[in-house]
Amino acid sequence: MQSYNLTHLQELEAEAIYVLREVAAQFERPALLFSGGKDSIVVAHMARKAFWPARIPFPLVHVDTGHNFPETIAFRDSFIEKLGATLVVGSVQQSIDEGKVVEEKGYNASRNALQTVTLLDTIEEHKFDCAIGGARRDEEKARAKERFFSHRDDFGQWDPKNQRPELWNIFNGKKHVGEHFRVFPISNWTEMDVWQYILQEKIEIPSIYLAHERDVFIRDGVIMSTTDFIQQRDTEPTVSMKVRFRTIGDATCTGAVESDADTIEKIIEEVAAARTTERGTRSDDKRSEAAMEDRKKQGYF
Amino acid sequence: MDTNSYLDMELLRFSTAGSVDDGKSTLIGRLLYDSKSIFADQYEAIEESSKRKGEENVNLALLTDGLRAEREQGITIDVAYRYFATPKRKFIIADTPGHIQYTRNMVTGASTSNLSIILVDARHGMVEQTCRHTFISSLLGIPHVVFCINKMDLVDYSEEVFEKIKDDLEAFSSKLNVKDIHFVPISALKGDNVVNKSENMDWYHGSTLMYLLENIHIGSDYNHIDCRFPVQYVIRPQSDEYHDYRGYAGRIAGGVFKPGDEVMVLPSGLTSKVKSIDTMAGSLEEAFAPMSVTLTLEDDIDISRGDMIVRENNKPEVEQDVDVMLCWLNEKKMVPRGKYAIKHTSNDARCVIKEVRYKVDINTLHRIEDDKEVGMNEIARVSIRTTKPLLYDNYSRNRFTGSLILIDEGTNETVGAAMII
Repeated sequence: MQSYNLTHLQELEAEAIYVLREVAAQFERPALLFSGGKDSIVVAHMARKAFWPARIPFPLVHVDTGHNFPETIAFRDSFIEKLGATLVVGSVQQSIDEGKVVEEKGYNASRNALQTVTLLDTIEEHKFDCAIGGARRDEEKARAKERFFSHRDDFGQWDPKNQRPELWNIFNGKKHVGEHFRVFPISNWTEMDVWQYILQEKIEIPSIYLAHERDVFIRDGVIMSTTDFIQQRDTEPTVSMKVRFRTIGDATCTGAVESDADTIEKIIEEVAAARTTERGTRSDDKRSEAAMEDRKKQGYF
Repeated sequence: MDTNSYLDMELLRFSTAGSVDDGKSTLIGRLLYDSKSIFADQYEAIEESSKRKGEENVNLALLTDGLRAEREQGITIDVAYRYFATPKRKFIIADTPGHIQYTRNMVTGASTSNLSIILVDARHGMVEQTCRHTFISSLLGIPHVVFCINKMDLVDYSEEVFEKIKDDLEAFSSKLNVKDIHFVPISALKGDNVVNKSENMDWYHGSTLMYLLENIHIGSDYNHIDCRFPVQYVIRPQSDEYHDYRGYAGRIAGGVFKPGDEVMVLPSGLTSKVKSIDTMAGSLEEAFAPMSVTLTLEDDIDISRGDMIVRENNKPEVEQDVDVMLCWLNEKKMVPRGKYAIKHTSNDARCVIKEVRYKVDINTLHRIEDDKEVGMNEIARVSIRTTKPLLYDNYSRNRFTGSLILIDEGTNETVGAAMII
């Protein structure tokens, strides 16, 4: 007798594809936020599957801090070309030039927080009524309560106490003019699920996820890549190490880990044995115990 | 864990419910900790936090405390989702608070669960909240219920205490529609029978909680009998290569579909055959709930979102007048004779509340017939009439085609969760 069981990856994929199709059906002008990181790559890959053999019926949006690892942008362009999707770029540099945001100064300066303004501006400019993101509930405790369909008011704010209950697989995307939604198809995935899926589907990823020799320095116990965008202190000498990145964000606040994992299989072994969460390398989360919750209320990813 | 074995794992979704001091957060913390799903930085953070608050042991409950408002008040105010995995299964926990005012969260968490863990304090036995949690698990059609009799360490690990509580729970559950029930005596704080078998209760010969979670049979939790394919989205590539391609995208809500199957499209009643089941990775020989696929049919029929593809000899009900068990989720009370937007499978419609037949006292299961006002967290049997026929099955037969939500047309908020009787 045939057994009708799905593996957990098949079930998670079926759920994500269902969510992506709901977005296309319920919204007029959706967009997929694409950072070039593994989570948004996985979401884009499933968007391709969800609408195949048609093209993805919405553009990909990259909020570009200007402080990228060079590998990320090259990867982004080739990935999107192969996907046959359109790309919209929201530029943090432009927001700075237009005086909408003021750049942080000093050794710990980061453009991470500035992204929120650029993101909301891009959403407004293109009249996007839904922005699909690759956030996962296991990443951070404020995200553990996020909905698949997350309502944002006309200032782009998230109100954690007034979220719509989400039952069964029925998603309520109804909204008033000016409001928009954030939708998170891989809410139920963990870091491990993402890597396993990348392995299973043979998805291409930026090379900096794999172990490589890199010029780095140590700040507050975090391994940072040397770049033109970070001022190093005299006490922070450049050294060469074999490292890889567990997340890809703005180069100024994304730390690396020492690693020999130069294949996806080895990364999976490493993740299985890991002793710290992947956001442990993100200095933007360390600013206070509720740093993520505060940024999300203002309209962060 | 080797890389390939991970590709064979199953997914189990469960919800946890308990009263305020039943030790629910401690239990989840214990499951995460003993299954080694806690990272060093998370553990250090709560260790530090426990010390700061002057607590003697590391408070595992802190692991599941989410938002700042909750940390300040020391309570959980919404459904929070947690994840962990063992070599056999990946688990999604819908962690819902147990206070009466949060029935709506419990309903939300329960709606997608395969299994419900209900915590009972061994010192107090079955209390009102236990009845409420059991009733909601049964109402939401959760296939498996596990009662964890917690704090056994505080009753000297007494078999008698456990057996008495078990008898009470069995008697109560017999009045409900719960198919598969288990009882486990545990101490979440000390770790007895959670992941590791207790050395303090040699009289107990059953499974540990973790063993149950890893081995309970979930293959039959989805309906694989009645073919139901709500059309979610129509795929028309309009490219040279796929010029005349029309694919119907959706997630199978019930049954098994195969190419060549004779099918009927509702509500039109037109018939055709399944030509292919397409995915980007290639065409499939069969597809079943809850897979997301794309069907193509032999004939060119006008089909759009909201239609349902079924088998001619096994059709869903097609009705405008339905009775539902309704859980009210909003602070604004339900308006008698009020009109609401509804979402049911991939359909949008409107409905009017025709009659409140009775409310259910969720602590005693008694019917309340003289008070017809339905407020937040209340559950009532209600008759509604919809603007167009619903294509549905009874909720007990199919959770996907038997459920719908009510939406306030002014605020767009989801205000009601309904299960069709």
